[in-house]
Amino acid sequence: MPERKIRVMVAKPGLDGHDRGARILARCFRDAGFEVIYTGCHQTPEQIAAAAIQEDVDLVGLSCLSGAHRVLFPRVVELLREKDAADISVIGGGIIPEQDLPMLYDSGIKAIFTPGASLDSIVVWIKTNIKPH
Amino acid sequence: MDSIIKKICDGDVRSASRLIRDIEDKLPDAKAKIKKLYAHTGKSFIIGITGAPGAGKSTLTDALITELRKHHKTIGVLAVDPTSPFTGGAILGDRIRMQRHAEDSGVFIRSLATRGALGGLSGAAGNAIHVMEAMGKDIIIVETVGIGQQEIDIVNHAHSVVVVLVPGMGDEIQTMKAGLMEIADVFVVNKANRAGAKQLQMELSSMLNLSPKTADGWKPPVVMVGDAFEPGGFAENIAQMAKSIDEHHIYLRQSGKFKERLQRKAMAEIKEALAACLLEPVLHSLIESGELEKYSEKIKNRKADPYSVAEEITEKFFQKRSKT
Repeated sequence: MPERKIRVMVAKPGLDGHDRGARILARCFRDAGFEVIYTGCHQTPEQIAAAAIQEDVDLVGLSCLSGAHRVLFPRVVELLREKDAADISVIGGGIIPEQDLPMLYDSGIKAIFTPGASLDSIVVWIKTNIKPH
Repeated sequence: MDSIIKKICDGDVRSASRLIRDIEDKLPDAKAKIKKLYAHTGKSFIIGITGAPGAGKSTLTDALITELRKHHKTIGVLAVDPTSPFTGGAILGDRIRMQRHAEDSGVFIRSLATRGALGGLSGAAGNAIHVMEAMGKDIIIVETVGIGQQEIDIVNHAHSVVVVLVPGMGDEIQTMKAGLMEIADVFVVNKANRAGAKQLQMELSSMLNLSPKTADGWKPPVVMVGDAFEPGGFAENIAQMAKSIDEHHIYLRQSGKFKERLQRKAMAEIKEALAACLLEPVLHSLIESGELEKYSEKIKNRKADPYSVAEEITEKFFQKRSKT
């Protein structure tokens, strides 16, 4: 039987131009056999949500090193819900203090990976938790 | 299922993108949906943008979207990037250049991975175009993967083909070669602020004097596009490019060539559908039943030759078909 390929979008919301981590992840997802849509830096949550829907991705991976994750990450989840696309999961990563994790999880972010997380652990998480639409 | 068709015809992005995905993943009912959708297709003008990796296809596509939106055209964009032959994964990065249009409801951008297709597009491109046509897009821009000399499947899908070149890629002989150089309806010399651009323009122009297209009444224009970081001049160049495409469209309509292109497109569509209806199911059942491996074994050990095997497979297939 033909099988669904996992489609992932990697995006950097907000005013943060440090995209090395996001690029490495995009490469790593490619090597894991996913189709990766990379949208680059300086994206508004609105742009990210719209692109995720146009691309019919299963997962949006957000990277943020600027400290604005408390606002930007939940906003992406909220916008996807508004647009009837709550089935698109959102995960995040970057410089995120431990004490922010509960509010991010509460807002609907499915997983948060902070510095030190191995690339493998992220790929395994996706393969275990994301069933393509 | 009909509700999906209706939603797509009403322009619903979610349903359209999902159907494009079903086509890419070759889900069995995608074909049935395309059949129902087909009556709603055929009204959009389709522009192909092709050229070498890094020539500036995505940047030009982005600028062309801006230009066409000034004229209130609704736009679909299919942007193709390569699939890894080793892992099946892909980085689809054309969108980066076009993200400023992400929130414009008149623009629908969808990335496709080649998934093994060698002609510069994805096997799903033809039907993905149909989905966007059914959505009612006025113009569909298909950006191919970065290509070399002869990955020119775009010619079977687009009404107007824009070939993007940059200076410094070789001498005059390159412009004489078959393939890519023959399919352009409009040439764009991008990064024309760089050394060698004038020379390339001249070489193209003298090559085009001998082109059969010129003899038919359309000498493909060569549009020089300068530095994208100098907004004023760049915008003017892009307007020129859009105008050239539009003039080509008018030429196609007035000369009757449009019908020829539609005929060529229809033939390519039949070939594609035949492959999907004949070759794919046969290969699929051979793989499922393990026969493919057995036949390979025979050929490997010189107990059979590939032609006899293919004939045997074909015969079996048709016998099975006539019974059912």
